[in-house]
Amino acid sequence: MSTEISDALVVPSAQAHTGKGLGTGNPADAFVIEPPRKRTEKTPRRTRTNFEMLAWLFMRLSGIVLVVLILGHLLIMLVLDGGVSKIGFAFVAGRWASPFWQVWDLAMLWLAMLHGANGMRQVINDYAEKDSTRLWLKGLMGTATVFTVLLGTLVIFTFDPNI
Amino acid sequence: MPAGTLYRGREGMWSWVAHRVTGVLIFFFLFAHVLDTALVRVSPEAYDTVIQTYKTPLVNLMEYGLVAAILFHALNGLRVVAVDFWSKGPKYQKQMLWTVVGVWVVLMAGSFYGILQHTLISWFGK
Repeated sequence: MSTEISDALVVPSAQAHTGKGLGTGNPADAFVIEPPRKRTEKTPRRTRTNFEMLAWLFMRLSGIVLVVLILGHLLIMLVLDGGVSKIGFAFVAGRWASPFWQVWDLAMLWLAMLHGANGMRQVINDYAEKDSTRLWLKGLMGTATVFTVLLGTLVIFTFDPNI
Repeated sequence: MPAGTLYRGREGMWSWVAHRVTGVLIFFFLFAHVLDTALVRVSPEAYDTVIQTYKTPLVNLMEYGLVAAILFHALNGLRVVAVDFWSKGPKYQKQMLWTVVGVWVVLMAGSFYGILQHTLISWFGK
């Protein structure tokens, strides 16, 4: 059976998360399955924070900033002035002599790692069905993220061109 | 559409799939990239040795692939922002996806020589 469903008939998310009122009177509703983040009896009526909304907002804002930071980084590193040929310790030392590029790289490191970590969190939440699997994967990913962000930050702040 | 699935196919679903796949790939590269850059705290020689791998033809080609993934993720990400914040975003999401694909093709073609020049020059000379 195939019924053409236009995008306009998608159940409004304002209803979907309550798990109620899915029926809009349209025959297409027969195909609507339980929303993945449906509220159950165990879900608190009010959560303490707006974490998920803030995470959603962070993805958009950091994403816009990262477009500029990363495309600029790729252009400088991989395209301009001979492409990848020029990269070496001397080139890095020359760039990090300027606070501008230190701040650029630091912002890129933090925003990209947090943006990526939150993306991975969503991917894990979507595909790992067992509670313990989700916990382990997110724990592992979070640990690796914290380690990498701190390592990168330390490297930028303690860089010594005369090592 | 088959019953019992949220997957709807077409532009909306496949751009979402591509956004996920490229996002995960970029995130894993990021770990490797922070680690290789951290070698500047070990010694100039250690850093330069590892950076030599970035200059081999195969890895140079992989850099072009990395740029392909990042460019798609960046352009489609801007489309997602438009879908979420622009009142007409959901209505024009398909047109915006094909715009993303078009800009991506142009940028990939335009950056081909720039990114691969190291390998091309080593093979064919200036």
